[in-house]
Amino acid sequence: MNRDGIFNFLSSIIVIIAGLLIGFIILLISDAGQAIPAFMTILTFGATSMRNVGDVLLLATPIILTGLSVAFAFRTGLFNIGASGQFTFGAFVAIYISIEFTFLPPPVRILTSILAAAVVGALWGAIPGMLKAYRNVHEVISCIMTNYVAMFFVNFMIISFIFDQGRGTSQALPSDSNLPSAGLGYIFREPFGAAYRSSHVNIGIIIAILIAILVYIILEKTTFGYELKACGFNKSAAKYAGINENRNIITSMMFCGALAGIGGALNYMNGTGLSMSIIDSLATEGFTGISVAFLGLNHPIGIIFSGILVSYLYLGGARMQVFGFSIELVEIVISVIIYFCAFVFLVKSFLGKTLRGQGKKESSKEGGEA
Amino acid sequence: MYIIEMRNITKEFPGIIANDDITLQLKRNEIHALLGENGAGKSTLMSVLFGLYKPEKGRIFKNDEEVNITGPGDANLLGIGMVHQHFKLVHNFTVLENIVLGVETTKSGILQMKEAREKVLALSKRYGFDIDIDKEVRHISVGMQQRVEILKMLYRDNEILIFDEPTAVLTPQEIEALMKTMKNMAAEGKSILFITHKLDEIMQVADRCSVLRKGRMIGTVDVASTSKEELSEMMVGRKVALSLDKEEARVGETILKVRNLCQQGTKYGSGKNKLKDISFDVKAGEILCIAGIEGNGQTDLVYALTGLEGIDSGEIFMEGNSITKAKIRQRTESGIAHIPEDRHKHGLVLNYSLAYNTILQTYYTSAFQKNGFLRRPTIMEHAKNLINRFDIRSGQGEETITRSMSGGNQQKIILAREIDRDPKLLIAVQPTRGLDVGAIEYIHKQLLAQRDSGKAVLLISLELEEVMNVSDRILVMYEGEIVADVDPKQVTFQELGLYMSGAKRDEVVVV
Repeated sequence: MNRDGIFNFLSSIIVIIAGLLIGFIILLISDAGQAIPAFMTILTFGATSMRNVGDVLLLATPIILTGLSVAFAFRTGLFNIGASGQFTFGAFVAIYISIEFTFLPPPVRILTSILAAAVVGALWGAIPGMLKAYRNVHEVISCIMTNYVAMFFVNFMIISFIFDQGRGTSQALPSDSNLPSAGLGYIFREPFGAAYRSSHVNIGIIIAILIAILVYIILEKTTFGYELKACGFNKSAAKYAGINENRNIITSMMFCGALAGIGGALNYMNGTGLSMSIIDSLATEGFTGISVAFLGLNHPIGIIFSGILVSYLYLGGARMQVFGFSIELVEIVISVIIYFCAFVFLVKSFLGKTLRGQGKKESSKEGGEA
Repeated sequence: MYIIEMRNITKEFPGIIANDDITLQLKRNEIHALLGENGAGKSTLMSVLFGLYKPEKGRIFKNDEEVNITGPGDANLLGIGMVHQHFKLVHNFTVLENIVLGVETTKSGILQMKEAREKVLALSKRYGFDIDIDKEVRHISVGMQQRVEILKMLYRDNEILIFDEPTAVLTPQEIEALMKTMKNMAAEGKSILFITHKLDEIMQVADRCSVLRKGRMIGTVDVASTSKEELSEMMVGRKVALSLDKEEARVGETILKVRNLCQQGTKYGSGKNKLKDISFDVKAGEILCIAGIEGNGQTDLVYALTGLEGIDSGEIFMEGNSITKAKIRQRTESGIAHIPEDRHKHGLVLNYSLAYNTILQTYYTSAFQKNGFLRRPTIMEHAKNLINRFDIRSGQGEETITRSMSGGNQQKIILAREIDRDPKLLIAVQPTRGLDVGAIEYIHKQLLAQRDSGKAVLLISLELEEVMNVSDRILVMYEGEIVADVDPKQVTFQELGLYMSGAKRDEVVVV
């Protein structure tokens, strides 16, 4: 591994450890007696059985996609904080089609759901893209606003069209609308016990991994990626080269929106019976995506691993409830750990500065001499 | 006895030794020039003296007493002052406020400016600085801003004055005034260290000159007993042609025709026109140079020609076809090549590899892509070819990340890319800025080769030396207008200076 690679790896490890440490301190403060076993649960629970491993992959699926969405934007010079809204819209459309389009045979319906989620996510992503390209509105601001619009609008749409009065959520998906397990259920299950309980892990994780590879190919091998990255690294040089930056901003945001939208579809078609609640809070998957993207250093393949790692911590964290920690506290601890991951670039630049910073200083100094 | 003596200074950075056992002795009342190419270690050495870097080895003495300088504060207490190349001024403060900043006199927390005002006025008068000390710094010229920096040092009673490339931004007249000021200050008892790579200035003003090369001290010579040729040889390590051999231009067809170009400068509230009714032609086989002091509309003109910015009125033709409304890519395809002023901003994607930077405007052509996929082997082959032809040096060949390369080699990538596209018009904006003598020589030769192969070359330069040496025809820009159209063989430096500073102007009529 070259020096840069070592820096990357080290900084990812450091932020995770730092996050875990702070999480542990919070546990200590709230209940010192149970802190150690609870903490050990975070660290080990995801690996204690094949079923749990399967659940880790299941949980990783949507956040790998939102992570890719954020990372793709980042590589092209944009900050897609709107993954949450794109995710929500994608999820709604996928659920709607799954419930209402029962005249389609299941495989076609599933595929249609996913593709429609991508299209709607792309359209939703295009809005901040166009505002940025033509009106110079910063995408962070417009993304934040479109997130709320998406949330309230989707709430309204659920209540209007696919509401389940009894549960106060969207209706359950027909069972043949769920993503096929593709044999993964046989691998990831409890080895003992009467029911041989399987994880709900399904083809979604495979789709997510394939999409990550696709994103990698687009970014690294195509002229489209060449243009987008040129814009991301240096907008002025891209302009100089005759690249249409406005069009690139919009296509990039649409692509990001499609990724997050697919994430939404895969999340709710996973067979766990998950349905969309009518709540006034943004989908957290979009923001977890930021941490996943950063922890994976915005590299598509890195994001597969960071997504799995983050979901591993989530699963173990949620398990802490058995030690008497309230769900709110559990959320705090997990959030601290996950959001600490977003500091990875800070740590990386700090490492860079302390270990080789002086050389850099020198070169900029000499560069200024005319 | 030396007022400052730096003994055996060694300063290392990871991978390079910036200063290798350097000893520099500054006499009282002398003007001591520090000469060297980019990266020779001049700035590092001065940063050590100014307390910005701590050397690994070596000691510093003032009047034979060892001193320990850990920061600019220490340097100031020892009477060491520095005029940085990029001025350190607060733009919306007045001249006076800038001068006292950091050493204000106060009485129970209230500023006492009266004494300061008198002292500054006295200093300004003594050195003949014609400066309005109540004007805000953003409203005064670059030359005046430099005087503010000098007054800052004088106000603090610094006796050792470091000037880092002070003439880079000045007109010939301003340079002359600065030289006079430096001589006056030396006569008044100040000792001056003067970083430069302009040999003329050294000959004119310095008493002694120390030459650095690749972090080593090559030697210190008395300026009276040396020559420009000797100094340049010491600096570069080989003989350098100070003037170019060039043949007569064989001028052909008109390639670029510009008529009545106007652009309003309202964007940043200056209210002035950035470009006022600009008309000129560039013909095949000639190097037309646009001279002028920085900020007189040259950048705007280039942006207008290359399409980076729009224009309000006027027309631009390439070989008779209007490109007034053409997009950047269309202009590039019409045969315009552009070596941009700011190579880091426009010219290169620094995070891309050398190879990827060589296809910046051509990545979409069938030569480099197929069905939307980059043809990597071809791209690498193409880059290797350019590396050989243009002698581009880098750590890892075509895979080198451009950011890690030296300025001269980065510039060579751009030059190679633009020339390789076989353009009809080459627009080169300050192509030698920040480069060392060897690289400058190389780039000048390439520009001439382009001219001789029948290309039209439009050179925008701030360096008078370059303007006079390279061009076949000179236009001078002043406040957005063309004020002179002259032949370099029939014009003097002084005359150009007058045009550049707006003191003289001709009616330039283009049919």
